[in-house]
Amino acid sequence: MSQAKVPAWVNVALIPILNILLAFLVSGLVILAIGENPIEAAGYLIYGAFGYDEGIGYTLYYATNLIFTGLAVSVAFKGGLFNIGGEGQAYIGGLGVGLICLSLDHTMPFYVIAPLAIIGAAVFGAAWGYIPAYLQARRGSHIVITTIMFNFIASSLMVYLIVNWLKEDGRMAPNSRTFEENAWLPYLHELLSPLGIDIGDSPLNLAFIWALLCCVFVWGLVWHTRWGYQLRTLGTNPTAARYAGIDTAKVTIWAMLISGGLAGFVGLNEIMGVNHNLLLNFTAGYGFAGIAVALMGRNSPIGIILAAILFGALYQGGAELAFEIPTITPEIVVVIQGLVILFSGALEHMFKDRIEGFFIRRAVA
Amino acid sequence: MFETLVLMLDATMRVSTPLILAALAGLYSERAGIVDIGLEGKILGSAFAAAAAAAVFGSAWIGLVFGILASVSLAMIHGFACITHRGDHIVSGVAINTIVAGLTVTLSMHWFGMGGQTPALSGDARFLEITFPFADALRDVPVLGLIYSDLLSGHNILVYLAFLMVPVTYWVIYKTRFGLRLRAVGENPHAVDTAGISVAFIRYRALIVCGILCGLAGAYLSTAHNAGFLKDMSAGKGYMALAALIFGKWRPVPVLFACLLFGFLDAVAIRMQGVVIPGIGEVPVQAIEVLPYVLTVLLLAGFIGKAVGPKAIGRPYVKERA
Amino acid sequence: MTNKTMPYAIELRDISKRFGAVQANKDICLQVAAGTIHGIIGENGAGKSTLMSIIYGFYEADSGHIEVDGQRVQIRSSEDAIQAGIGMVHQHFMLVETFTVLENVMLGAEGGALLKQGIDAARIELQRLAEEYSLDIDVDAIVEELPVGLQQRVEILKALYRGARILILDEPTGVLTPQEADHLFRILKALKEQGVTVLLITHKLREIMASTDNVSVMRQGEMVAHRETAHTSKEELAELMVGKKVRLTVNKDEAKPSQVLLSAKHVSQFDSQGVKRLKDVSLELRAGEILGIAGVSGNGQSELLNVLSGITTMDEGEIEFAGETISAKTPKNAAQMRDLKMAHVPEDRHKMGLVTGFEAYEAAVLGYHNSAAYNGKILMNRQAMLDECKTRMAAWDVRPPNPHLKTANFSGGNQQKIVIAREVEQNPDVLLIGQPTRGVDIGAIENIHEQIVKLRDSGKAILLVSVELDEIMALSDRILVMFDGAVVGQLDAKDADERTLGLMMANAFTDPDSEQSNEKGAAV
Repeated sequence: MSQAKVPAWVNVALIPILNILLAFLVSGLVILAIGENPIEAAGYLIYGAFGYDEGIGYTLYYATNLIFTGLAVSVAFKGGLFNIGGEGQAYIGGLGVGLICLSLDHTMPFYVIAPLAIIGAAVFGAAWGYIPAYLQARRGSHIVITTIMFNFIASSLMVYLIVNWLKEDGRMAPNSRTFEENAWLPYLHELLSPLGIDIGDSPLNLAFIWALLCCVFVWGLVWHTRWGYQLRTLGTNPTAARYAGIDTAKVTIWAMLISGGLAGFVGLNEIMGVNHNLLLNFTAGYGFAGIAVALMGRNSPIGIILAAILFGALYQGGAELAFEIPTITPEIVVVIQGLVILFSGALEHMFKDRIEGFFIRRAVA
Repeated sequence: MFETLVLMLDATMRVSTPLILAALAGLYSERAGIVDIGLEGKILGSAFAAAAAAAVFGSAWIGLVFGILASVSLAMIHGFACITHRGDHIVSGVAINTIVAGLTVTLSMHWFGMGGQTPALSGDARFLEITFPFADALRDVPVLGLIYSDLLSGHNILVYLAFLMVPVTYWVIYKTRFGLRLRAVGENPHAVDTAGISVAFIRYRALIVCGILCGLAGAYLSTAHNAGFLKDMSAGKGYMALAALIFGKWRPVPVLFACLLFGFLDAVAIRMQGVVIPGIGEVPVQAIEVLPYVLTVLLLAGFIGKAVGPKAIGRPYVKERA
Repeated sequence: MTNKTMPYAIELRDISKRFGAVQANKDICLQVAAGTIHGIIGENGAGKSTLMSIIYGFYEADSGHIEVDGQRVQIRSSEDAIQAGIGMVHQHFMLVETFTVLENVMLGAEGGALLKQGIDAARIELQRLAEEYSLDIDVDAIVEELPVGLQQRVEILKALYRGARILILDEPTGVLTPQEADHLFRILKALKEQGVTVLLITHKLREIMASTDNVSVMRQGEMVAHRETAHTSKEELAELMVGKKVRLTVNKDEAKPSQVLLSAKHVSQFDSQGVKRLKDVSLELRAGEILGIAGVSGNGQSELLNVLSGITTMDEGEIEFAGETISAKTPKNAAQMRDLKMAHVPEDRHKMGLVTGFEAYEAAVLGYHNSAAYNGKILMNRQAMLDECKTRMAAWDVRPPNPHLKTANFSGGNQQKIVIAREVEQNPDVLLIGQPTRGVDIGAIENIHEQIVKLRDSGKAILLVSVELDEIMALSDRILVMFDGAVVGQLDAKDADERTLGLMMANAFTDPDSEQSNEKGAAV
């Protein structure tokens, strides 16, 4: 009611920062509990993530995936949908990329393959989001449950396809042959070195630029188009959406198509950018991490970039940390990620209500 | 042929046990209005705690106690977020699953230094099979003998406990005051509140029961079905239990059958590996593996029956003038 | 009754309650004599519900205290209230719909850890209560299958089963037909005869006059007067409620209806459960007239608005509008109806008319967001939306005139102005308007009524739905009455009086003798 009296920076900055500090604090306690010095650990973590060129490159490479999945979660969320199936959509999106690369890398040049791979990632990812979306829009099936189920279905499907159809002949390893180099996304360090810029070798590739473009695209789409207006109306007040003559089923389905497509771009970064072959489990939890990124970034593209870099830094710094302090595993990063989801998502009201209350009382008094 | 069937049903019982326990756990939670996709995390957390404690103390029972404690603690975090702070149930569940996935590996590394595992358990540190009286003697009795000796006899105590929990849950949910209030709170918490009963207290109690049952499921995985904890050993069982809960329409007995069906499909998938069916060819294992998920999606889509959950599920209870 | 030696059944002393900046209750004092029916009357938002929530332990008062039977009591929860012998029948029933009547009544008073222990005792007790207060009901029926009147009876039984000696009813007739309401009042009389004290919260003067012994009036969070019902009048109470002479008439000239702009023929509609909500409704709406739809809330008016505006699709019949025939086979959605120049001010602006999380300028284009005026080729034209919003805010005196303020932060009256301005400024041919002044302060009501008449005088057709009879009679040129999804009466506004309309709303006008048979489902 009287939220008008709460300054904007409270919700945009203060509360998210408090939440993440709390997550770090608890993580620090965990590190303390296993007998290590959290300050020292944080030092390694920050150095690993930002201390040298390759580290920064890795951080941004991880962030690339997280931007895609974070955007995916947030677009769906703007429409009131909880897309928990980013994992599966990313997986199938990677299949799209892989199929394009495998079928064209002998015959086509890079500039033909790249746009087709982008389309392939989007179409396959979107297709995997389409079925749950259709079932939600037309048959009222709860999208959270169906997208969870579709993660498992995707996983089984990929095992089947790779093991039975796409595996390299005569090899045991469950992955496809390596693509020809003309189907590789160039690394940024390769692109920049002719210009005399040295950013150190890292898997950071052109997909990062694409991720930033996607942020601009999502920002324009959600906040500045009619469709975005409809999406946000549906997400905040579905009854008003019907009153306004918005075709809610159509908006729901398109929201999930875009969400799934965005998640599918993880395949671009992983398959075409780094691994250069189609393999199992390359999504490695990025779909779920996208939930943390979207929550942290408060569903805004700028916020998502910042949150993705933060989490990217955790991934990269976590690896460095595990290297320097062998008793700490890289999985500590997963713990931190979970704590961020807990504090900035599930426990968002814990601080919010109190802090807002404080400002409202101050304004009244 | 009959022997094969008995063997498969036997395998079904083993595989279904954690599903039944977890699905019933979910039943308590969801009938009380709390969506629980954190079943997975609770199972994993309990599996780790149980295996770790069993390894340290050399007793499966002590392991079980720790497993349950771990699982209940996680359930209380879920409650703190969803009940006390009106947080989103799904987000809280995802958070718990994520935290546990990371924490189990971190802690096992610290305690045992074995890269996400606990030491192998043996002897009293595991729940061992219980052989029924005269099981060996009766094996040769036609039909019934095999069923008694190989299917019913020879499981560990947690398997029997899981099956026993089904009628117990039925009784609790439908025949006790706690059950009446629990169902009411999932349908219309306002009605419960105005009847002078604390909504939060009932929901917390439901979550405690949920935690205990998930604790049993996790302990079963690491100290009975397997001999120790492995990284990510819950392997989606929590989600499959959730599917079974929906498939069984949130009722104890149908949920049991859903779990048995999913367990049976799992047993079939293992059996069918590499088997060529005349006329069809080799059925890919993955096709059978995904059946539980596909069936659940079809059910949710209303193509096979209709799943209507508790009305107030997933909605935080806010006291207000209606 | 005013015997000083006998303690009051309930007494409130200086109860105050504040929500943020809003003083919902201020120094409320109230004395309710045992064994009486005591009315509390006030406008929407006068603080009645807050006060009752305090008595029933939903909120705790910031200051002041409560005495029951002369004993000071602490009521911190509903449980405390029940302990103190207070029962409450909520406006929206607090029932578990999938449960049986018996289970609902037992909930919270099960009589033991196992249901078996209490179930037989509950049956016997319910039987006794049913006989004593003529509250017949099938205790094994599933609540959601019962008609509203019977569901309310379950609520009363719940309270009595818990031994309530003080029964609070919050706007109990809002969802009832007049017959069901009559039956309710007979029950209340029976309760009173058995010594139960009844607190009746309502904003309907008629009910107060007909059924209470004493009445207290609330206005803007304060208790402004106490009267013996026998020694007061509707007029006096109405005046006390609003604080100044109520002006129920609107200055308007004779209507000059011309051509038919919209005609509905035999329109029917079913809800998702397959229940027929609109039954064979036919009506004609002419340019230059205000057609009022009267009826007790929930008798198909909302469904009629939804079907006419294209929000839901009708199942039978057809509508002719702007040269188009709209039917189940050739439906038009809300956006298409807007394109044909139909505007719609919905009954519930929070649920439907606004997106309260949007800034005012965004909410001000809801439904017209595809219009070329607000759009460029790809992106929306924010500046155009802002400029127009500012202009309208000035023209309609919306306060504060800040297009960037979240819609939720405007007062009810200003929110309503944003909605009405949005719809009227599109210059529609037909305006559907539901509950135009619900939750709107007095000053804004006059303003809104004047705007509606102005629109009529400019040759537009207006269909007005309101549950406030006064509003219907003051504004309409012609009145249709709806009951149970059907149009049951039609009359010229000149011939309309409260009694006739009231009877029509109860579907008892043509045949007053068959009142009993009209009491749909009220008897088991």
